[in-house]
Amino acid sequence: MKVLLAMSGGVDSSAAAVVLRDDGHDVVGVTMRLWGGESDTGCCSVSDVDDARRVAQQVGIDHLVFNFSDDFDAHVVGPYVDAHVNGTTPNPCIECNRHLKFDRLIRRGRELGFDAVATGHHARIAPDGGSLRVMRGADRAKDQSYVVHMLSGADLGYVMFPVGGMQKSEVRELAARAGLRTAAKPDSQDVCFIGSTAGRGGFLGSRMDLHPADVVDASGRKLGTVDAVELVTLGQRRGLGLGGGDKRYVVDVSVAERRVTVGDEEMLHSQGVTLGDLSWPHAGDATAVQGATVLVQGSAHGERHEAVVEVPDGRSTGNHSAGSTVRLVWSRPQRRISPGQTVVLYDTTDTFVLGGGIVTDPR
Amino acid sequence: MAGRKAQGKHVYLDHAASSPMHAAAVEAVQHYMGAEYANPSGSHALARSARRVIDESRDIVAEIIGCAPGEVVFTSGGTEGANAAVLGAVRRGNGRAVCPAAEHHAVLHCVEDTGGTVVPVLPDATVDLDALASELSRGGAAVVSVMAVNNEVGSVNDMERVARVVRDCAPGAVLHTDAVQAACWTDLRELWRHVDVLTLSAHKFGGPKGAGVMVVREGTGLAPLILGGGQERDRRSGTLNVPGVVGTAVALAVTNSNREGEVARLEALRRRLVDAVTSRVGCATATVPRAQSVPGVAHICFEGLESESLLFLLDEEGVCVSAASACASGAMEPSHVLAAMGVPRSRMMGSVRFSLGHTTTREDIDAAVDAAVGAAERLVAARS
Repeated sequence: MKVLLAMSGGVDSSAAAVVLRDDGHDVVGVTMRLWGGESDTGCCSVSDVDDARRVAQQVGIDHLVFNFSDDFDAHVVGPYVDAHVNGTTPNPCIECNRHLKFDRLIRRGRELGFDAVATGHHARIAPDGGSLRVMRGADRAKDQSYVVHMLSGADLGYVMFPVGGMQKSEVRELAARAGLRTAAKPDSQDVCFIGSTAGRGGFLGSRMDLHPADVVDASGRKLGTVDAVELVTLGQRRGLGLGGGDKRYVVDVSVAERRVTVGDEEMLHSQGVTLGDLSWPHAGDATAVQGATVLVQGSAHGERHEAVVEVPDGRSTGNHSAGSTVRLVWSRPQRRISPGQTVVLYDTTDTFVLGGGIVTDPR
Repeated sequence: MAGRKAQGKHVYLDHAASSPMHAAAVEAVQHYMGAEYANPSGSHALARSARRVIDESRDIVAEIIGCAPGEVVFTSGGTEGANAAVLGAVRRGNGRAVCPAAEHHAVLHCVEDTGGTVVPVLPDATVDLDALASELSRGGAAVVSVMAVNNEVGSVNDMERVARVVRDCAPGAVLHTDAVQAACWTDLRELWRHVDVLTLSAHKFGGPKGAGVMVVREGTGLAPLILGGGQERDRRSGTLNVPGVVGTAVALAVTNSNREGEVARLEALRRRLVDAVTSRVGCATATVPRAQSVPGVAHICFEGLESESLLFLLDEEGVCVSAASACASGAMEPSHVLAAMGVPRSRMMGSVRFSLGHTTTREDIDAAVDAAVGAAERLVAARS
């Protein structure tokens, strides 16, 4: 097959190039230039493009660079800033997958006559009856099914995850055996467009107004202040200027009222969580999971917690339909998940992605 | 993958990026990389031999340009020449640099970096002379830099008229022309008559990469960019690149003697290419009228399509062309030239530069036309 492989300059996509080549595919590597601004995180940088290009040369495949920085700005950076203006906590890496890798790049691949687009994600695609579904990667510690959960339908049939069935150690060994310069390169951790020097505050401060806020306890008593209410996240403990004493967590953030409420860990707990902007890659809506017990993951490598899916009466639960919501009721109370965060639902064997959504109400 | 590329055959239409070296230049370069290796600044027999060939090369270049041999400075290429002219004049002249918005980044970034001013261009990418006159009338210009031929779209600035504006409005300013894309198409003697500094890059006219020429009119105040051993009469230090200098002179001589015939031959081929592509592809238009651009550049905008996709499909057919400029990562950046010309974004994003040169044949043109039409049809179909 003629395969377009997204190469970030990391070890996973480097090893994917070797796997695809050895499987006899006609592979072209492509690095997407996404972030046009400055970056000092070593991600999305010229040196990553250099690494990807050199790996492609060593593997013996062509390498291209596509400039998708306009799309990245429109679909990832802009919404990231908007979310902070609204006091929610976005997940830009998921939006990048949704809009760039699994939309823009797929469209480009089809237009140019490729049979498939591949990435270095640790996830698998498994047949299920007549269709396909996303499955956790073989290496549970590195599993990335969470960030690719939105893949559905025809796109799933077009996408390949060549290293999804491998352990990370095998990936690194494969890259090392092939003599690739990325074999020992550390995994990327940070949001690529946020520099490590200026940080999130510096980045957002240059694109939006940040406002100071009072830090209060549950009774409304003022305990201190923070410089930027927009940068405070539910569950946060540090950076509140409260000094020592009992452990206190952020239990509520109100951007509109410029107020951060802190309390003990108990106050963070909730009985359930409500999700909007739903995606049901396999089923199309929530009918199949209504009343069912599912496993819920609320961050990239977070723990799974059991919950039951409740569908509000008379409400649509279709893919991304406006106003559609479901409520997950925890089997045991869990820490609240910040509004804006992505939540992914797995089956009770913790193997297959059932669907996902974005937190609209953490209580 | 398609036939031509799989067979290792290419249709090379990227001469404006780099033109294949003339055989005589290759031979000369090889000789001075092998048998004659001495530093021409020395005093022994081998050094004197190397010095002799530098002096001969300088004479050849001076004769072609119509300048004094002492006005020829050998450089490492076009970017160094542009930097030396603009930064050198700013440092010596105690004033600001001025250039049009469609200049090559080698000039534009020097002007911007020194706090100079950028004046608008007309829709064909030539400098807006009224805007230039009004900017220069403010006073304080140390150097004005206007390219002879635009590297992206091929349009030609009328340097006689540019010079008149500069001499009238800023009599003290140094006038530099980046003539990197002009050497194959225009009479350099005519160009030189109007300017104080003229810069060339050898690999654009069949010479080696890493070599170029800066011609500086006697008495022009330029602070040297590179300090050191004082070579090139203290105007550009660094051991002379003997093979590069010889290759430059040989290639320039070949180019100069073939110019008239090549201009006519390639004008006909360009017409064939542009006419065929624009008549067969509905969304394709020539970016600038052919009368305003050199024969070597066929710049075409495919409205609604994307350059990256067009280039990929052309490359699959073995056709080597360019689109705008690439940044450090290799990604294509939206063209500052087309933006300055006011080309709408929907046309700008689908621009392709086919550039012709001394190796281009009619078969190349016909293959490129077929590939371009095929690529555009495929992309149009994918969108509908």
